[in-house]
Amino acid sequence: MINRYRSRYLRLIAYAMLIVFALIYLAPFVIEIANSFKTDGDASANGLSLVPHPATLSAWDQIFGIQNNGVTDIPRWLFNSAFVATIITIASVFLASLAGYALARLEFRGRRLILGLVIATLAVPSVVLLIPQFLMLKQLGLFNTYQGMILPISVSATGIFMMRQFFLQVPVSLEEAARMDGAGIFTTWWRIVLPIVRPGLITLTIISFQGAWNQFAFFTVATTSPKYFTLTTGLANIVGGGLSAGNQFPLKLGAALVTTIPIAVLFFVFQRYLVRGRLEGAVKQ
Amino acid sequence: MATVPLGDDPVQSDARGSRTSGSAPRTKRRRSAAKRGQNLYGWIFVSPALAILVIFLVIPIFLALYISFTNWSGITSPFSSAVHFVGLRNYKAILTKPGLSQLNFGTAVRNNFYYVIFVVPLQTALSLWLAILVNNKFLKGKSFFRTAFYFPSVTSSVAITTVFIFLFSGTGAVNRILSLFGITGPNWIYDQSGIFTTILSSLGVHNPPSWANFQILGLSLWNWLAGPSFGMCVIIILAIWTTSGTFMLFFLAALQNISEEAEEASEMDGATSWQKFRYVTLPMLRPMVVLVATLGFIGTWQVFDQSFLTGPNNPTMVTPAFLAYQVSFSDFAFGEGAAIAFMLFALIVVLTILQRKFVKEDLTK
Repeated sequence: MINRYRSRYLRLIAYAMLIVFALIYLAPFVIEIANSFKTDGDASANGLSLVPHPATLSAWDQIFGIQNNGVTDIPRWLFNSAFVATIITIASVFLASLAGYALARLEFRGRRLILGLVIATLAVPSVVLLIPQFLMLKQLGLFNTYQGMILPISVSATGIFMMRQFFLQVPVSLEEAARMDGAGIFTTWWRIVLPIVRPGLITLTIISFQGAWNQFAFFTVATTSPKYFTLTTGLANIVGGGLSAGNQFPLKLGAALVTTIPIAVLFFVFQRYLVRGRLEGAVKQ
Repeated sequence: MATVPLGDDPVQSDARGSRTSGSAPRTKRRRSAAKRGQNLYGWIFVSPALAILVIFLVIPIFLALYISFTNWSGITSPFSSAVHFVGLRNYKAILTKPGLSQLNFGTAVRNNFYYVIFVVPLQTALSLWLAILVNNKFLKGKSFFRTAFYFPSVTSSVAITTVFIFLFSGTGAVNRILSLFGITGPNWIYDQSGIFTTILSSLGVHNPPSWANFQILGLSLWNWLAGPSFGMCVIIILAIWTTSGTFMLFFLAALQNISEEAEEASEMDGATSWQKFRYVTLPMLRPMVVLVATLGFIGTWQVFDQSFLTGPNNPTMVTPAFLAYQVSFSDFAFGEGAAIAFMLFALIVVLTILQRKFVKEDLTK
């Protein structure tokens, strides 16, 4: 009896702690939403209040370009983010599944060497690559171009390694059966193996898109022209003082929301895959 | 989590399955033809990815190493005649030669050092704690809580930092909450005083003792011991808040691998829940704690985005990763920037090697 009371008591404490933590984890997003509907003065003075007083759509009018102030072309940033992230995602999933398959299944000369190279590059932190990548883009005449934003990050060692792990789990007998029936290597890969690793492909797609959408550091060295601002680089520009007057917190928070929402939607729809990918990506180290 | 590849994974064994099938000489001939096909297709399959990795990752690293020994300004080609080889000058400027470069580098290392020693233990402990809470088998609504804790870590760091700059502004939400308790909050992001020196001065210690004037990397020992600035504390809180959800997932995966039998057996032996946690669960989580801590040590030395947004004109918020960028792209001293980046690279490589060693040892135990 005593034990049961005690466990009920403990469960209440656990719930209380979980609820407190959940509030701490979600509060910044709620405050972000509420303040994007405030006037500049209201947001600066009453940042904690969740009720805009007065409520205004002025920040959102600017965000959607209805009331353009000349500095913030957020529809364009949104287009750039979506365009660049989509191409990077398609390229990285396609190239990683090609390379990952070869490294998992095809016996070719130099395979171990290339696998070693891929594993070695996993350890290279992206922040130390910023200057070298800028230098390379300049040399190749790709600085301030869409190609320059896309190409260098359209292949990731993590993606190749992850796809290789997925392919290794496919039974070899399936491919042998296909070869017996006269299918070539490319057909076997495309028709037989890829459909089997579909969950892996979805995982990599989500992770690549998330990474490319949230990409910031690389874009700051690949471009300087506002024409190529993405949501992240554009937002950083106005947060860093690109606006002519005042704090304009509602506008900044609204722009931050526009940056967050697509990933939030993706997160809720594909949560299962994202969680799995995070774990696969982690143990690779 | 069972298949943790650590370098010595089934590279050799995987394609061997096909070799054992068939024994007649006819299949042998067919096999060698197939092998030639595999050689060709293997290269066709890897070459696009390989080309991009080599052009945008391998070659740039060597070019940057070269740049770090030159005085390249980023404007001309790094191979033009205006660019001179300067030997170790850039490295000396940040490490040994007293001056602004050394002071900036020392400050950045100190800032990041405090970030690391606060973030790594706290995020490891918090994520373990959250995982244990969420893993409780008698609780309802677990998936809601798991989602809530994980959500911050999938969002854009620039967007999240923007929100935190707002929350921690002078009259922002955090200071409003503090004022409810009668505390006047600092001007967080722009307050450059260290938290340790602030505590000391509230105790009456205002001036450094003479032994604290000893200089390391252009910074006095007193400055090294000042603690993170209030601004850096904001970024520390931000980092713990965004990464604990990810690491919670790691611990959840590990907790689910612990057999219920072991826990039940200890219950039968009359262990209290604390004893069960201390002597059964925690030892079994050890490899994951090591992994999370070492991943933390590697990740926390790479702060860039948060520093980019708060660092300009705010020296206590500058990290080595951002300093390398700032020195290159604002001061056009790309040679020095590359040298800073390489120092950081060396540090991270050492940490990665240590991590691979530790994690492997723990798994083979």
